[in-house]
Amino acid sequence: MLYSEKVMDHFQNPRNVGKMEDADGIGEVGNAVCGDIMKMYIKVKDGIITDVKFNTFGCGSAIATSSMATEMIKGKPIEEALQLSNKAVAEALDGLPPVKMHCSVLAEEAVRAAVKDYYDKHGIAYDPAQFCAGDCAHCHDHGEKE
Amino acid sequence: MRIYADNAATTPMSETAVRVMEDALEHLYGNPSSLHSAGQEARARLEEARAQIASCLGAAAPNEIYFTSGGSEADNTALRSAALAGAKKGKKHIISTAFEHHAILHTLDALAKEGFEVELLPVSPDGFVTAAQVEAAIREDTALVSVMYANNEIGTVQPIREIGQVCRSHGVLFHTDAVQAVGHIPVDVQADCVDMLSLSAHKFHGPKGVGVLYVRRGVTLTPFIRGGAQERGKRAGTENVPAILSMAAALREAVDRLPEHMAYVSALRDKLNDGLLRAVPHTAQNGTALRDPAHRLPGTVSLCFEGVEGESLLLRADLAGIEVSSGSACTSGSLEPSHVLLAIGRPAEIAHGSMRLTLSDTNTEAEVDYMLEKIPAIVAGLRDMSPVWEDLMSGKKPHLI
Ligand SMILES: Cc1ncc(COP(=O)(O)O)c(C=O)c1O
Repeated sequence: MLYSEKVMDHFQNPRNVGKMEDADGIGEVGNAVCGDIMKMYIKVKDGIITDVKFNTFGCGSAIATSSMATEMIKGKPIEEALQLSNKAVAEALDGLPPVKMHCSVLAEEAVRAAVKDYYDKHGIAYDPAQFCAGDCAHCHDHGEKE
Repeated sequence: MRIYADNAATTPMSETAVRVMEDALEHLYGNPSSLHSAGQEARARLEEARAQIASCLGAAAPNEIYFTSGGSEADNTALRSAALAGAKKGKKHIISTAFEHHAILHTLDALAKEGFEVELLPVSPDGFVTAAQVEAAIREDTALVSVMYANNEIGTVQPIREIGQVCRSHGVLFHTDAVQAVGHIPVDVQADCVDMLSLSAHKFHGPKGVGVLYVRRGVTLTPFIRGGAQERGKRAGTENVPAILSMAAALREAVDRLPEHMAYVSALRDKLNDGLLRAVPHTAQNGTALRDPAHRLPGTVSLCFEGVEGESLLLRADLAGIEVSSGSACTSGSLEPSHVLLAIGRPAEIAHGSMRLTLSDTNTEAEVDYMLEKIPAIVAGLRDMSPVWEDLMSGKKPHLI
């Protein structure tokens, strides 16, 4: 098998899949032309991500990384969610094939985009450098990001 | 239930092919180049296989058949040999098509870097190139035309005989990659005016790693592997006797049963194709709607499902016991989805949602029924969690198919 058992588990039984009507922040990253889009919804209370949902159009690892990312940030303070790295997501899934590492990058970006949307909507000041410079929608290289 | 519906990728070996191969592995150990009895027995069987394959293809003589390691080697060799022969006469223009197999396209890329001028004909939305397109592209300095017999992703069968006649009338060498055609539809190298043809045994229930390059008598073939005098000095190396005999047996069987298998397989294909189109909204069929074997391979179903991605489709199908393939970027291991789907004009976001189901005579109607039951639910499940589908359903983005 191309994928680890963990990846297949999250692909087969994705956690936190769905939409959220009353989300505090929504992040959408990726591009259908490139073959993957992730949309992440967060609910925030007192600086804590109390709930998270996702919808993903993409390959097996795109679905698995979004699922794993939602598990890793649920119940965590926002500052901690912003620390989530693509490598941590990949490691939590017992690794991804090198050509699929871009999926974990997308998952990291989806989390950040949801947080940024939350900050924007709630008038919370932040350092823009923390977030994607605006090229999130471009096709990622299917190579490993270090 | 496990269903193998990826016969364009490879086929399971037939009982006959396995039996012949096992028998040769066990008993026919001689080297066909040896002069003793064991060697001469292997030589006799090898030449029998060559004659059998020649007759299955309608070739004029057995020595027009060169054994290779498969379709890729045959393709590489045909193009390189023709390019070399052309260059000697100052002809460096090569015509092919945009939707060839990579064994052709990547060889042409290499030849382009070496100074050849490669012209890839565009493909119509229903998956064809025409003889008129070929004729219009032929120039004084055209060294070769190479057009695939049948496309491996969408199953369209090209007007090879008309193209062959055009090439013959202009005195231009004509090669066809018939890897997906041989053993599935009638192929006759003489009637089709073909100068060179590639085939691969594992596509018609033979073993992997063995194939043929047919080269019409009178066409120069440059030696491609140097060494001993095997294959009339063109391709050195002790022959893979068991695989070659097994290939010949598989081809004989496939050709003998052709009419019966074509009718059986195309009936299954139509049921699967039409059933999926009916059951899954916003689905498009890739390639022609024609169903006759002159236009479409009996076993190929190629569809694009809007709003889902092909790799997750194929993995979910596999979890349900259905083995198929896809032309999405994620399955091709590159940034781009299938060049074939792009060549017939599918936008990238639609091409990512492709599924190819290829049937053979080993599939059954019960299997088709099972696929018709499972696949629509798999697509629906993925659409349920797709933000692309959400935008289509809410009217934020227009449906493309
Ligand atoms: C049209 C076509 N040409 C060439 C090949 C390569 O054949 P082989 O795998 O025997 O090298 C294939 C098979 O994948 C094919 O479908």
